[in-house]
Amino acid sequence: MFDLERWQEIFETISKNKLRTFLTGLSVASGIFILVILLGIGEGMKNGIEREFQSDAANIIYVFPGVTSKEYKGLNPGRMIQMKNDDYQFTTTENKEALEYKSSVYRIWGGMVSFGKESGSYRVEGVYPDYQFLENSSMLLGRFINYKDVNESGKVVIIGNRVKNDLFKDAKSILGEYVEISGIKFKVVGVYTDPGGEREESRVFVPITTAQKVFGGGNDINYMSYTLQPEGTYEEALASANKFTKKVETYLKGKHTIAPDDNSAIRVNNMLENTKRFYDLMGMIKMFFWGVGICTIIAGIVGVSNIMLIIVKERTREIGVRKALGAEPISIIGMVLHESIFVTSFAGFTGLILGLVLLDVVGPMIQTDFIYNPTVNFNVALSTVFILIVAGAVAGFFPAYRAAKIKPIVALRDE
Amino acid sequence: MITIKDLHKSYKTGNNSLHVLKGINFNVSEGELVSIMGSSGSGKSTLLNILGMLDEADTGSYTLDGVAIKNLNEKIAARYRNKFLGFIFQSFNLINYKTALDNVALPLYYQGMKRGERMDKAKAYLEKVGLAQWMDHLPNQLSGGQKQRVAIARALASDPKVLLADEPTGALDTKTSYEVMDLIQQINDEGRTILIVTHEHDIAQMTKRIVNLKDGLIIDDTKVNQVRALQNV
Ligand SMILES: Nc1ncnc2c1ncn2[C@@H]1O[C@H](COP(=O)(O)OP(=O)(O)O)[C@@H](O)[C@H]1O
Ligand SMILES: [Mg+2]
Repeated sequence: MFDLERWQEIFETISKNKLRTFLTGLSVASGIFILVILLGIGEGMKNGIEREFQSDAANIIYVFPGVTSKEYKGLNPGRMIQMKNDDYQFTTTENKEALEYKSSVYRIWGGMVSFGKESGSYRVEGVYPDYQFLENSSMLLGRFINYKDVNESGKVVIIGNRVKNDLFKDAKSILGEYVEISGIKFKVVGVYTDPGGEREESRVFVPITTAQKVFGGGNDINYMSYTLQPEGTYEEALASANKFTKKVETYLKGKHTIAPDDNSAIRVNNMLENTKRFYDLMGMIKMFFWGVGICTIIAGIVGVSNIMLIIVKERTREIGVRKALGAEPISIIGMVLHESIFVTSFAGFTGLILGLVLLDVVGPMIQTDFIYNPTVNFNVALSTVFILIVAGAVAGFFPAYRAAKIKPIVALRDE
Repeated sequence: MITIKDLHKSYKTGNNSLHVLKGINFNVSEGELVSIMGSSGSGKSTLLNILGMLDEADTGSYTLDGVAIKNLNEKIAARYRNKFLGFIFQSFNLINYKTALDNVALPLYYQGMKRGERMDKAKAYLEKVGLAQWMDHLPNQLSGGQKQRVAIARALASDPKVLLADEPTGALDTKTSYEVMDLIQQINDEGRTILIVTHEHDIAQMTKRIVNLKDGLIIDDTKVNQVRALQNV
């Protein structure tokens, strides 16, 4: 390896056989490049979905109504279910001990929010103080809704960071200013941020009591969300979540006269179950990308072996000449291997670096909810390069060995 | 320099066995310039390849410069070739992506000589064959005669005991052939032992001894009055 003379000989050979070197290098470099990109996309998808999950509390349970699909006690299917305050009251009092956070939500559709000349359409939600934790939001300025606001039906509003940027631009004072929601003045008491990103930050929250009074909601609510007290293990948490949702479902179905086996009238979204599905899905995505990646590597190895085979074949006569001039078999093997290892390593690292650079440059520019921050575990990428180098060496060894074994007289006759 | 006794060689092709050399006895002393003649297929190349350790005899003994050549493995054969022999081929067998200089330096690389030294030495040999100003050219930029001169320089580079040339003028026109023969004669004049396979009489007349091969046997072995190639150029 550290034989300078041999390096000189190799460099000479490489620099005078550019096409051959380029072709070997290309198959290796592109293999590694594709692998890096694939792994990056896989990681990006995982990050993207993970971020979606972080936008709300990890163990959140939503209960929202739908439309009946079955006839029951003389009531026709196709009936729209409307949940009321007492549904929320009942489920929360009934399960007081089990619940950690809870909030019902009354949503105002097409709410126009304006401040001075600026205005925009944002989701307006009437909520309880716990909603902050259910949504995984944190305060940038001021505070969230408190129980005093709810009890007094205070005209206060918490705005998302995106809303703040849109309406307030770079105004200095935000807290204490008044915004209009569909023509009614609300005092801004807080600005929040949400890991769900801009989509989740373009909402405003008002006390649910205020929302129902001011926007004519009466006792209507749109959905309810809860989290349960933490449990020791995931399995325990999932079990108590399932128990809880079963209970709520049964209660609501009884109260709203819904067939017990009607699955479309009351819907339950249990994040813990989703989390399990998510990790299963992630496992599959990862396995898929690894599968494709490994196939790419195998294709790379086959490519390198083929090229080595062709190279050695092409060089048979040259090998014969070298042997006639005094090259020992070991030196022929060494020459072929040295060249192939050098070329595969160089190309492998080039592909690796190109892939990493591309991910680094393009990664942050990707604007979709499904891919976020695509990165590659450097060690994984590095090991694949080494695998490819070793494979290239092994692949190069057999034709080199055979070439070294050919009698010089046979090699010299090769045309 | 060379002693061979009762050399036999046959080639197997499928079920048939072709007995090419049927008991060759033959000596060459130091400083000789010998031509091996015979019609096509008479086994000239086979004999030369065995002498060159590129191929192996079935039976018989071979001694080169006092060393018994037998039970060769590839490694030892390679060393002996490098140390004792220089090859000149009809089709030159230069490495096409190497310059004239690098081609000539190649046997020295396999001797383990350092780069600087081997380049100097290779340059000296190219000068000797009159191609110093062509040293940076690739083989395909050279004429046939020039290629053969490079090949001769390469054969000489490792300072071998014996030069083996298989139809060195076979691919050249008459004038160029004589120029190459002139070079070979000069090298022989310096005392180097040279064996040439040829089927051309005029070329054979330029050596000092003609060995005639027929049906795998030496039928004639006579000293000749050497014709100097230079007179015919
Ligand atoms: N590797 C081989 N396998 C089978 N037959 C061969 C081989 N090499 C040479 N021959 C045969 O041996 C005979 C002698 O060949 P060769 O020594 O090349 O003759 P020459 O050089 O005198 O023309 C020819 O008939 C040739 O076909
Ligand atoms: Mg022949």
